[in-house]
Amino acid sequence: MKSLTKAYRPISWPMLGAGGDTGSWRVHRPVVDVQKCTKCQFCWAYCPEAVIDRHEIIIDYRYCKGCGVCAVECPTGAISMEKEE
Amino acid sequence: MTTSIKQLPDTEQVLSGNGACGGCPATMALRIVGKALGPNAIMLLTPSCSVASMGMTPKLGYNWPGINITFATAGSSASGITHALEIMKEKGRLEGELPTVFSWVGDGGTYDIGFQALSAAAERNDNIIHFCYNNEAYSNTGVQRSGATPRGSFTTTTPTGKRQPKKNMALLMLEHNIPYVATATVAYPGDLYDKVVKAKNIPGMKYIEILAPCYLGWQFDMSDTVQMSRAAVRSGAWLLWEAENGKITFNNPTSLIINGKKAAEPVDEYVKKQGRFNRLLKGADSAERIAEIQGDIDREIAFMRERAKITI
Repeated sequence: MKSLTKAYRPISWPMLGAGGDTGSWRVHRPVVDVQKCTKCQFCWAYCPEAVIDRHEIIIDYRYCKGCGVCAVECPTGAISMEKEE
Repeated sequence: MTTSIKQLPDTEQVLSGNGACGGCPATMALRIVGKALGPNAIMLLTPSCSVASMGMTPKLGYNWPGINITFATAGSSASGITHALEIMKEKGRLEGELPTVFSWVGDGGTYDIGFQALSAAAERNDNIIHFCYNNEAYSNTGVQRSGATPRGSFTTTTPTGKRQPKKNMALLMLEHNIPYVATATVAYPGDLYDKVVKAKNIPGMKYIEILAPCYLGWQFDMSDTVQMSRAAVRSGAWLLWEAENGKITFNNPTSLIINGKKAAEPVDEYVKKQGRFNRLLKGADSAERIAEIQGDIDREIAFMRERAKITI
């Protein structure tokens, strides 16, 4: 009920998923190959969505839009784009 | 020495699941800006893609207090807020460090519609940072021509390619004699981070322009956003420089091109990667029109090289 009363005010509040579960937009899913990964953090820096964990390189598939920037920028080719089922 | 990617702080001001397109260069740049500014800032947004990507009420995709303002008022609104904060501090209603006031505006709100208010704010030297994320068209409304659109580019209002060159907005802002002007792009996050940190610590008006290759407007594959931004810098179509108190210094890799240590890549490669130049390439006079684009870039490089020598 609290969030409902907030909605009547012309004010928004910072929250995850402001555009909904944006993971459903995805056509291709980035998959990290842990063997090839050197933890250079390039994918983390270039990710427009901030869905990649910096240290463990784990991708939050709930919000990842599947743009593929991480796969293109990965210097060792550890991230591949696989078709979403 | 540029900050490396591993040295960037953990702060996240752009929250996951916002409404931006996949591969959006504006949120990519805003994330890096957020790392540099930190949470103590006030954001002003004129109508642009970044407003559309804020998400739906009552949720907000950015972790700052943000105000949506009208298109022409980026400069004047930011001025008003920064003055109000100073007065509140004076009267003792506000304690601690004053928040950074910054406007996050597209190229339409900077080059065309917002120019008058921005120019006035620069002339008053108000303590704000104006960010222009430049995607070289009005992308939010379906790609119309703007003052930032380069020659030859297709937009819905220039169906046969724009006939005029773009204007050098960063240089125009420099001529307002403001303390800090810089250009950056998403492919060099360390460079962008350093420039924002520097701007944050300088009192007065700061202007930072970020090239944001929009894959919808420029018509390329969305995974190549960063590649395209890098190609723009390597071909000389976008120059990375900063000017502190009127003294221009170039940043890598533009400094290599300016100093003549490395030749700029021919513009053909850069143009062919983008669908927005397709109609120009198919025409009978395509060679001449590419030569025109190359001429614009060469002129800009030569002009900036000479302009940087003026340090009075």
